[in-house]
Amino acid sequence: MTAATTQRAGPSGFRISKRVLPYVLSLPALLVCIGILIPFLTSVVYSFQRYRLSQPWARQFNWGDNYISFFTDPKFWNTLKVSLLYAGTTVVLELLLGLAIAMLLQKRSTLNNFISIMLLMPLMTAPALAALMWKLMTNPGFGVLSYLASLIGLQDFRWASSPSTALFTVVLVDIWVYTPFIMILLLAGLRSLPTQPFEAAALDGVPRSFVFFRITLPMLTPYILTATLFRLLDSIQQFDIIYAMTQGGPGDTLTVFQVEAYLNFFQSTNVGRSAALMIILWAITYFLSNIFIKNWLRLRERARGQA
Amino acid sequence: MEHTSLLERILRGVALTLVVIFFMFPIAWIFMMSFQTNETILRIPPQLIFEPTLANYTALITGKLVTAAGTLDIAFMRNLWNSVFLSVTSVAVSLLLGVPAAYAFARHKFRGSEDIAFTLLSFKFAPALLVLLPLTLYFQKLGLANTYIGLIWVYQLICLPLILWIVRGYFEDIPADIEYAYRIGGHSWFATFRKIALPLAGPGIAAAGLLAFIFAWNNFVFALVLASADKQPVTVGALAFITSSGIQYGQISAAIVLSITPTLALALYAQRYLVEGLSLGAVKG
Repeated sequence: MTAATTQRAGPSGFRISKRVLPYVLSLPALLVCIGILIPFLTSVVYSFQRYRLSQPWARQFNWGDNYISFFTDPKFWNTLKVSLLYAGTTVVLELLLGLAIAMLLQKRSTLNNFISIMLLMPLMTAPALAALMWKLMTNPGFGVLSYLASLIGLQDFRWASSPSTALFTVVLVDIWVYTPFIMILLLAGLRSLPTQPFEAAALDGVPRSFVFFRITLPMLTPYILTATLFRLLDSIQQFDIIYAMTQGGPGDTLTVFQVEAYLNFFQSTNVGRSAALMIILWAITYFLSNIFIKNWLRLRERARGQA
Repeated sequence: MEHTSLLERILRGVALTLVVIFFMFPIAWIFMMSFQTNETILRIPPQLIFEPTLANYTALITGKLVTAAGTLDIAFMRNLWNSVFLSVTSVAVSLLLGVPAAYAFARHKFRGSEDIAFTLLSFKFAPALLVLLPLTLYFQKLGLANTYIGLIWVYQLICLPLILWIVRGYFEDIPADIEYAYRIGGHSWFATFRKIALPLAGPGIAAAGLLAFIFAWNNFVFALVLASADKQPVTVGALAFITSSGIQYGQISAAIVLSITPTLALALYAQRYLVEGLSLGAVKG
């Protein structure tokens, strides 16, 4: 059966060459996606233009000016700093917390399974709606969390409306939504580990810290890497939680890449700058996603082997 | 491993309790708020015991909010309907387009197939606004701005990569010999696809469809950029609702409860599919 042989005619006499068939099957999906590649290329073009929606007559190529001006633009450095800080903090905290919870729930029991299913609920909540829920709970007037904060001596704790605690508040919402993601991936990983090394270690009376650092962690590393990279890719692009909670504010405390690009486009109508920001973010995610996909394919092969 | 001390068991229990409280409390609290009137919500300290009322839900469902100042129209049911319509249609279109393509990628290694598959997957990881912002300008020219068709098309960005990659993995797991045997029996490729491949990949298709639905339902930024009030799903609608109705906290809570219930219920109903789906098949649940 070589690729070139044509398929025997069916009863209807309708022939599709075997060589053409895969293209025919995947063509509709491709067409839909190519339509989406066009705006991507448009973004590249915009990023090299001086283009403001409010001044369409002044639109012209300024080549690298949008990018070069970033170097001396404190707002850009703020965007980069907040984005990296947000992504770094959320991923590290979610990883530590997710790993700890996964280990608490590792043993298969009715209660543990029930809890792990319960913990899926924040993950299934739309991040934008989760932000609204936390906004209601942190309302200075009646929010239950503001009340609890005042009980432990934090009078007038402003949560997302104060520049000093805004980042903390959105990071908290992110942790609430996404820690279960890392937790269920690592739980699946933990439960799929071979039991022999652990039994051997228990027989030899190896201390548990040693078992954790020398057996559990190394064997779990591929799962940790996959989960971390996946979250990092998502977190550096966070928009929903931050926009729904504070719209990037107060001031420019939380203007991460996508929020800043959105505000640039719709409020200051500076399309050129907005596009250049998105291209830089895209370059970061492209780099990360290449590492992620390689790592993920390796893990998938492994899961295949077990199935 | 078995000899856990009493102290350790207590510590584990305390830790688990804290975890459950942290992750369950917001949902429980908003659920309670949705059955309260504004007066009980605004009471300090917050009340755990109150007389539950269905007024918030009736106001949302009838679309009329009666206040001291007069009646206010709420279009929240419209948002809910938009969410249902957009998510269901997008997933249906995605399955129609994605399942045959996934089969092609799994069964036939044709020229460039890996590159195309990777490009499609990379859509999942690219920043949404990169594509969305120029798209708003195109949509205005094409007359697709604020239409269901335009939105469903863009929603393919969320649904297609998921379906393509999860379903492809399931097709690859089916031994090709089964299909060859059926083909030798004189059946066309289409009959083979329909009678052999599709049923065997059924669980994968269900998992991918379920996950694509949840992602489509939970999406916020696509409709925020491309839809105006009458086409907006609940995620965007609830945000607009907060700004328009200001202080109707009970109704806002009820709206949030109605908006998150479908995905939560689906997830609980089909949770065993979720692990595989969420990791794009990289981790078996």
